[in-house]
Amino acid sequence: MTTSSLLIYIAVMAGVTYLIRAIPLAVFRKKIKSRFIKSFLYYIPYAVLAAMTFPAIFFGAGEGTSAIISASFGVVIALVLAMFEKSLLTVALCSCAGVLILRLILDYFVF
Amino acid sequence: MDNTQIQNSFKKGLKDGLPIGLGYFSVSFTFGMMAVAAGIPVWAAVLISMTNLTSAGQFAGLSIIAGSGSLVEMAMTQLVINARYSLMSLTLSQKMEKRFTVPKRLIAAFSNTDEIFAVAVNQGKEIGAKYYSGLSVIPYAGWTLGTLFGAVAGGFLPEVVNDALGLAIYAMFIAIIIPPAKNSAPIRLVILVAVVLSCLFYFVPFLKNVSSGFSIIICAVAASIIAAVVNPVNDEESETEQEANE
Repeated sequence: MTTSSLLIYIAVMAGVTYLIRAIPLAVFRKKIKSRFIKSFLYYIPYAVLAAMTFPAIFFGAGEGTSAIISASFGVVIALVLAMFEKSLLTVALCSCAGVLILRLILDYFVF
Repeated sequence: MDNTQIQNSFKKGLKDGLPIGLGYFSVSFTFGMMAVAAGIPVWAAVLISMTNLTSAGQFAGLSIIAGSGSLVEMAMTQLVINARYSLMSLTLSQKMEKRFTVPKRLIAAFSNTDEIFAVAVNQGKEIGAKYYSGLSVIPYAGWTLGTLFGAVAGGFLPEVVNDALGLAIYAMFIAIIIPPAKNSAPIRLVILVAVVLSCLFYFVPFLKNVSSGFSIIICAVAASIIAAVVNPVNDEESETEQEANE
């Protein structure tokens, strides 16, 4: 990865993200009236995060059987803690800790 | 306008921004570690955080850079994932006082994140540029420093630990979407549709040739259109979402 290609990626990322934030703030003075667009924008964050997470999360802790089994364990931990509305940090750390512990056990005793 | 109806204290902004900054530190720490694990140099990870200031978009951008995706894919992914900010900016624009002029707004736009937005609009009065900049300073510092520390620390971690940390961001996403889904059947529906579509793009022949950036866009847009048609929201629901994001 060359420095210039990295800089171009970053410029595109930052530019698009900035324009999305800046244009409505500077230009639009009226409220969105379309109920459809409002609804669409309301649902989009959940849809994006859900699509990004599943099924990628199962392959997020590396390749191989033990990695996928431990990732699945991490998914269960995350779902349970999220159901109890624990903080983002708690959910993330506990999930990672669960993955690590199961992975070490599996690699040592089973695989 | 009477000054009591305008929130424009820099100090109050700093105070309100402190908890956000601490939270950002931990999330961006993970971002820094993941960036280095994906083969991105420390300086670039920090530069991404300093110029983007957004979690989901940065993590998605990371996977595109790591997978040598196209620039169109990068732009489209950022557009879809960050589209929600345009609505937040729209709402925020209604809450800014008169002296919050366009040049100031163009600077403020940069730090319009989920959390800063939520705190700013919940002031119950119009907000001024001083308050808003106070509110933005600590989160920005936390986001930048967290990335730096994470990126530096990431290089020293053993591979199994790095592997396990790969789950962190996804676990956070779960922690964001599950609590509101508990009490809302429409949100459960949009999540379910998005997950089913996403699995199709991951496993089904031909469909799985679509790059991950584009498949996320297609899945999210399709699921949201279906949800918006089946369960259109009213204004109160949009408000509830903003509080839930806080």
